[in-house]
Amino acid sequence: MNSFIGRHPIWSLIIVILIAILLFLIFAVWPPELEQLLGRKRIFLSALLNGITLGGLYFVVASGFTLIFGLMRNVNLAHGSLYLFGGYFGYEIANWTGSWVFALVATFVIVALLGMVLQFTIFRWMEGQDLRQTLVTIALSLILADLMLWRWGGDFYQVPMPTWLGGPVEIPLVTAMRSSGEYVYLQFPLVRLVILLGAVVIGVLMWLALNRTKVGMLVRAGVDDRDMLSATGVRVQLLFLLVFAFGAGLAGFTGVVGGTFQSLQQGEDIKILLASLVVVIVGGMGSITGAAVGAVLIGLADQFGTVYMPTYAVVLTFVIMVVVLALRPQGLLRGH
Amino acid sequence: MALVEATRGSPASAKSEDWSLTGIFQAHPVLWLLAVFLLVLPAFASNFVLIEIFGWAMILGMIALSLMFLAGYGGMVSLVQMTVAGCAGYMVAIFGTTVMTDISLGWPWWVGVPLAIVIAVIFGTLSGVLSVRTEGIYTIMITLAIASAFYYFTLQNYTIFNGFSGFNAVRTPIAFGVDWRSAVPFYYLILFWAVLAYLVVVYVSRSPFGLALQGIRDNARRMAALGFNVTAHRIAAYAFAALIAAVAGVLLVWHGGQISPGTAGVGPVIDILIIAVAGGLSRPIGAFIGAIIYVMLRTFALDALVAVGLDGKRFQLLIGLGFLLIVLFSPDGILGLWARWRARMQRPNTHGGRA
Repeated sequence: MNSFIGRHPIWSLIIVILIAILLFLIFAVWPPELEQLLGRKRIFLSALLNGITLGGLYFVVASGFTLIFGLMRNVNLAHGSLYLFGGYFGYEIANWTGSWVFALVATFVIVALLGMVLQFTIFRWMEGQDLRQTLVTIALSLILADLMLWRWGGDFYQVPMPTWLGGPVEIPLVTAMRSSGEYVYLQFPLVRLVILLGAVVIGVLMWLALNRTKVGMLVRAGVDDRDMLSATGVRVQLLFLLVFAFGAGLAGFTGVVGGTFQSLQQGEDIKILLASLVVVIVGGMGSITGAAVGAVLIGLADQFGTVYMPTYAVVLTFVIMVVVLALRPQGLLRGH
Repeated sequence: MALVEATRGSPASAKSEDWSLTGIFQAHPVLWLLAVFLLVLPAFASNFVLIEIFGWAMILGMIALSLMFLAGYGGMVSLVQMTVAGCAGYMVAIFGTTVMTDISLGWPWWVGVPLAIVIAVIFGTLSGVLSVRTEGIYTIMITLAIASAFYYFTLQNYTIFNGFSGFNAVRTPIAFGVDWRSAVPFYYLILFWAVLAYLVVVYVSRSPFGLALQGIRDNARRMAALGFNVTAHRIAAYAFAALIAAVAGVLLVWHGGQISPGTAGVGPVIDILIIAVAGGLSRPIGAFIGAIIYVMLRTFALDALVAVGLDGKRFQLLIGLGFLLIVLFSPDGILGLWARWRARMQRPNTHGGRA
């Protein structure tokens, strides 16, 4: 940290000033001139929180994608299909059993098993042939998309939310001051807060698992040098199976969560796939921390874009990607 | 990149020192037969077969050919080629005459079409500049992201691209006293450009530039050590491929008479990849083989599926399964199947030969 300040004094100053401005925007009561410029503070705060929540969702999907890519060099373009399948499946289970939590767990297990089957029956045989694996995932995504269209049609689905997650909560962030001098606090849907919290918990657990356990150590070693790892006698195939299952399971799991606070329909698979792609390209491929940074950045860009320049919201995320690629082709958080 | 590596030592590169123009015309007799067939086709085929099957297949084949050039000779699987074609199509609609009179400028074709091609080539080259900064499998991700950015941009922009509905009634011009709108002239127009694109790709692949590109595909580091500018060669390959795709894009918008975001959406972008891979990335003709099979399936699979008692809507499933089988069992596409079948037929005659 100190060395960063020493090496880049001007950048450090700019970053400090930006953080100060951000903190002011979040905590202060906005003066009327600012409200004229940027609109109501409530809208700004909701966009900020929604962006971070969406970033949390993107993070969980993209971390599975980036793990699979990092370890197996497999660009899993069927990742979005696993997300959508997880969402539909969770919807069925939640309706059948009436339990949202059970649907989450069951979906994770089933989609993880599906991932295992794919890795065991197909990808295992074309190890080291990245392009061929990617082409297979494209074929799989076409097949899955059509099968899901067959089964669930083109309608919108929403996973039923448990009652304890419904309704808004008040967050101690001031949005405005009434003329009586009374503060107005921000109302925010509880479910989004829970999702955000869940993403943080998953992120922390994943960091711990990767950095503090033996399996995590093997995974990190495999990301760095797969051949050398297998030469040391580790059963990499088993590791691949586990990581693929975990990544796929995460995608399915997120599908249920995404289906609860957004909705499920045809085409959602491609949207999520693109979001994961951009997040992973921006953050740096194969890096979990990179996925977290990229996800929050893309989530924020998406929400702020929707609020402040609605026609170009999606394009804004791609502009970020292009800028990152032009300046740091390896992504924000990756050595080289 | 095993798929691409499988193309090494294919006849195209084995003969590659022969890059004179005459070399191109010493083609396989089957190609000559095909050329004669395509030339006399209008004498007995209906307009539907001419335009909707062979015309469309040749246009898609040209776009797939530009992908084949990048992937087969350059080792760069770019998903942006359909988008370059879409970009050219949009520019033709914007500069030319359509029903959207408040956007379309109504310029004559000899201004609008070259300008459209130039803009599309610039777009394709810039995409190349962005994606050659990373290597290998990253290209597919970055170009897919660029392609979908273009899709969403055209979908949301109303001032230039007219949003969801795009442009309708894009008219093929009447030029040199010929009405290119009618079927037979338009068929020959497509045939001319498709054959030209094919010959140019074959020629370029045997030129010093093409050979250097294949060298870079096989070992970029060694080529750099030999003094070749790897990045410049790759970007030039993108520019050349963009030119082919742009010409195809102009024909595409005239063929359909309309262009909208869906023309270059994620689906068509993937379709072009499927066409190129299913045909075979090792030789330029593969792109056209893939395209004709795709168009036939697209046109007749509906009826065929219904005829065997299945739902006609399951067309995507058929494409997906077919593609999966090809990638699993013949990484070199249909050309690879053909080569293997021929090798098996010859094996009994050539004892111990390198069949």
